[in-house]
Amino acid sequence: MKIIVLLKRVPDTEAKILINSKGSGINEEGVKFIINTYDEYAIEEGLKLKETVGGDSTVTVVCMGVEESTEIIRTALAMGVDKGIHICDAALEKATPAVIATVLAKAIEDNGFDIIFCGKQGIDYDMAQTQAFLAEKLDIPQVNVIAEFKISEDNKKVFLLRRIEGADEKVEADLPVIISCAKGLNEPRYASLPGIMKAKKKEIKKLTLADLDSSGASEEKKSTIINWLPLPKSGECKIIEGEEPGEKAVELARLLREEAKVL
Amino acid sequence: MNDILIFGEIRNGELKRVIKELVTAGRIVTEGTGGSIDAVLIGKGASDLSKNIAGLGIRKTFCVDDNLVEKYSTEGYAKVLSDLITDSGYGYIFFGATAMGRDLSPRVAARVDGVMFSDCVDLRFQDGRCIAKRPVYSGKLFVEIAPVGKIPVFITLRPNNLPPADSAAGETETEMRPSGVMEDMIRALATEIIPMAGGRPDITEAEVIIAGGRAMKDSESFEILGELADLLGGAVGASRAVVDAGYVPQSIQVGQTGKIVNPKLYIACGISGAIQHLAGMRTSKVIVAINKDSNAPIFERAHYGIVGDLFEVVPALTEEIRKLL
Repeated sequence: MKIIVLLKRVPDTEAKILINSKGSGINEEGVKFIINTYDEYAIEEGLKLKETVGGDSTVTVVCMGVEESTEIIRTALAMGVDKGIHICDAALEKATPAVIATVLAKAIEDNGFDIIFCGKQGIDYDMAQTQAFLAEKLDIPQVNVIAEFKISEDNKKVFLLRRIEGADEKVEADLPVIISCAKGLNEPRYASLPGIMKAKKKEIKKLTLADLDSSGASEEKKSTIINWLPLPKSGECKIIEGEEPGEKAVELARLLREEAKVL
Repeated sequence: MNDILIFGEIRNGELKRVIKELVTAGRIVTEGTGGSIDAVLIGKGASDLSKNIAGLGIRKTFCVDDNLVEKYSTEGYAKVLSDLITDSGYGYIFFGATAMGRDLSPRVAARVDGVMFSDCVDLRFQDGRCIAKRPVYSGKLFVEIAPVGKIPVFITLRPNNLPPADSAAGETETEMRPSGVMEDMIRALATEIIPMAGGRPDITEAEVIIAGGRAMKDSESFEILGELADLLGGAVGASRAVVDAGYVPQSIQVGQTGKIVNPKLYIACGISGAIQHLAGMRTSKVIVAINKDSNAPIFERAHYGIVGDLFEVVPALTEEIRKLL
């Protein structure tokens, strides 16, 4: 079975994110970059599936991004992924989900695939669109934000639990399928020392748009960011004074009711 | 391309209330384009539920209700919507940023070659185009984004940001429409919905959230938060630390790797306010912090603060609110 996992390089969750001096994006200075948090669950599920199915199954990570993305691909290889595909092209710097999906689809089709795992969204732009655009390009079903994964005996169908508001939705889907993963699905493994050693010898295939016959793809422009805005300053916090907790609580309840009008 | 289509989501036989906020968004756009607002309801009971949105100035409501759309499937619902959009040439299509809206909207956008803006919190119309405001980096910044060229624009709108539409003149026409879905188009199907135990609203939909952090000692201590949440018809939330400690399920985690919430009242109990937590709740209308440590960063984001032990303050607060209500 050919298992694909999509990967993205994003700023650390704990990073302080500020607008750059040109007002054209974020200031990357001093920002630590990591594997998109949700992609770790996708890697783990891909590796678990390979263990379940066995045979000559392979897990391949596909990552579109800047040169430095090699680091996160190496991390995935150290976790046990077999092979990396790195699509790196300056023309893709501001690619929209439609463009990203077109290019990813080409690379994934060239490689061959039975199932694709990805994170539920990138924690940078938080758009959660690439999965669906890619599903449409590849003409396969999609299932989003899953909490449980099972595959049928004949490896042709998956049984999933999908988190929705206040409930779990049971979903059945036919392979090939693309599935987005979230926290709670599994516990991503750490790279072992032997894993790290082995990863150094594993293949990372580097591709440009020309290699994918997609040179025109990046020209398709459907949206433009016209403003980057900082968070509005929060007002002063009113610290409620009082002799003892009960007194403070009474005053808080009064303020919430009379001043904030939320009770 | 001047008309607007809003998607009315049916879950458990009910129409999600975000639809009235979508009408408000639609009005912002029609004031600029001069177009009309139509709605589409897909699923069981669509026709009956369409009565809930009468009197809002909607021109026409399409109701699609046959056995192939009784249960949600991305592909089935995408077929209905893409056909409708292609037939009628809608320029703007609005969804609530819910589990269904976030799954469905990009698939339809991809199918009709449109552009999509996810999780928007505000809209304006300027120089003949719609400009949407949306959070990025989990709410650490915002961007304003606009479409390029004449293409269908898909917008998912985060609930609780725009006011629900008030009534407006004009009769709404209702039209039953065949789904056009064939069985073999659906390769992934939602077969069953299992409600979570507890009966409290989901944190993404709750108007009040009482959240607990590292200061909570164990699962049992969350009951004092639950008591206050139940009194206010709200939900209990949690920080990453207590979810990772296994005290509470991941489904109630607030923050960058949990859920993004936007209630009217957020009471943070024993939560220090790590960046990734603030990212998940900072757009709450009123934030209250209860923490022993007066230097906790949460106080910088809160509107009201009590420096004290949550195990003393919260029960006293519950008691007082019980008297007031």
